[in-house]
Amino acid sequence: MTPEFLIANITLFVLAIFLGFELITKVPATLHTPLMSGANAISGISIIGALIGSNILYEGGSTELSGLLAFIAIVLAMINVVGGFAVTNRMLNMIAGKKRGGK
Amino acid sequence: MEDWVSVGYLISASLFIFGLKKLGHPRTAPYGNQLGALGMFVAVITTVLSMHLAGGAEWTLIVAGMIIGSSIGYWMAVKVEMTGMPELVALFNGFGGAASALVALSEVTKYINDANTLPTGLELTVTMVAAGLSALVGWMTLTGSLLAMYKLKGGVEIFGKWLRTPTWGPPWLNIVKVLLVVAVLVLIFMSIEDPTNVQYLWGIIAISCLLGIILVLPIGGADMPVVVSLLNSLSGIAAAFTGFIIGNSVLIIAGSLVGASGLILTFIMCKAMNRTLPDVLFKSFGGSEKQSLTRTKVGSDAEEVAMMVDGAQKIIIVPGYGMAVSQCQHQVKEFADLLEEKFDTEVKYAIHPVAGRMPGHMNVLLAEANVPYEQLIEMDEINSEFPECDMAVVIGANDTCNPAARSGEGPLAGMPIIDADKARTVVIIKRSLSVGYAGVDNDLFYEDKTMMLFGDGKKMMNELNTAIKDL
Repeated sequence: MTPEFLIANITLFVLAIFLGFELITKVPATLHTPLMSGANAISGISIIGALIGSNILYEGGSTELSGLLAFIAIVLAMINVVGGFAVTNRMLNMIAGKKRGGK
Repeated sequence: MEDWVSVGYLISASLFIFGLKKLGHPRTAPYGNQLGALGMFVAVITTVLSMHLAGGAEWTLIVAGMIIGSSIGYWMAVKVEMTGMPELVALFNGFGGAASALVALSEVTKYINDANTLPTGLELTVTMVAAGLSALVGWMTLTGSLLAMYKLKGGVEIFGKWLRTPTWGPPWLNIVKVLLVVAVLVLIFMSIEDPTNVQYLWGIIAISCLLGIILVLPIGGADMPVVVSLLNSLSGIAAAFTGFIIGNSVLIIAGSLVGASGLILTFIMCKAMNRTLPDVLFKSFGGSEKQSLTRTKVGSDAEEVAMMVDGAQKIIIVPGYGMAVSQCQHQVKEFADLLEEKFDTEVKYAIHPVAGRMPGHMNVLLAEANVPYEQLIEMDEINSEFPECDMAVVIGANDTCNPAARSGEGPLAGMPIIDADKARTVVIIKRSLSVGYAGVDNDLFYEDKTMMLFGDGKKMMNELNTAIKDL
């Protein structure tokens, strides 16, 4: 890891934080829970880390423990991602679906 | 990293940004959620493809893990009752935090098992600091979210016995929290010097788990949504730190986006309850200092209320957590339909921003019962209508319509409330006169114009509906 790479990553980190602060301004109370739940599903992005981490076994290290940990991480992250988006979708359908006249 | 992989991650990050933006507006929210899901799909496909083109991977492990995780997640999301939604979000959030912490742990155990792979110099420092912080935030999110989930449920059943989740937090606990965070930071610093020391590693994990528990333990049920939102923000930060370890841009961007927007959402939610975040986190609320009841009130019965309902021009229904617990939203809808058909009454619903256990909780439940969206009115808009309203029907709500909040004293001071007490008559359906989460007695119950229907929400609504039909 070169210092340049680290600085580039820190730049991403800081700019993304500023962007995140600006992104959410005024949200009606009805949407607080779905927004939280949707953002939560996005934080399951660690699935990418888990996928890359699971490559350890393939790379032939004597690191079964790491592989096992990465496997658990894949399962947990997938629950977070799939469950999170699905449950948010369900909530939004109930809130917003009726607005267009509903049944 | 190859160029096309970076482009894939860039697309994915952009989709997350648009998704979050659109999730904040009612009209575009479903679309925003789909954009987010698409972003995640792009990120996963990009990663899997890059691993394939790089010469394969441990496919059995990956495919099995992804199928198992997706199935469990999907099954839980579809199965859950609308009342259990807040708990499920807390649980998913804990899983996300744990996943980030596990990836960090997996990277570190790799070095510990095989010292040859140990990085040196700057990379070592960055890896150990990022892994330590990721562990701190990730494990804390897991234990905190699990406890928050049980607090939202109200308790846990062990061998058929219902144990109430405790709320406990003396002031000195705040000092312990600070000391524990410092201890973790010291351990992280020491692990840079001695990266293969397993004891430091376990120390960091154990303290972080403990921190999550004592962070959530003192917080009362009404503040739980705020805490879940804060933990959501933390799980994003954990993902960002994990991104630093493996040097992955999309993890850093998506993680810090969620971290920052989650924090803003936390502040918005605090504001809706007229509390500040430090108050929520460091001042124990409710639970311990409940007032004892000295007054009594004679309960009414359904027939009596039904007669009052007849002749009312305008009725406002004020739902609360009690409606969610007894699952009586369908009976409430039936009640409203009966009123409209039989007496041509105007019916509206007053939604307090923090009614229930999550913002929007009531909207979701009533929408499930097919209540038209136009009838759900937010607190600020409907409060002016109470003085001209013949009857307010409060179903399982307490603190959100407690006039004590106007007094400027006590735990509820300054919280915006629904002005149900300004209606000409007030009907309150509640199991007893007991205090709500804030632990404050409610004067509204004892007023002369108030009729109490003591009992479970569903049972009382059914009796009321029958009584109206029999009129």
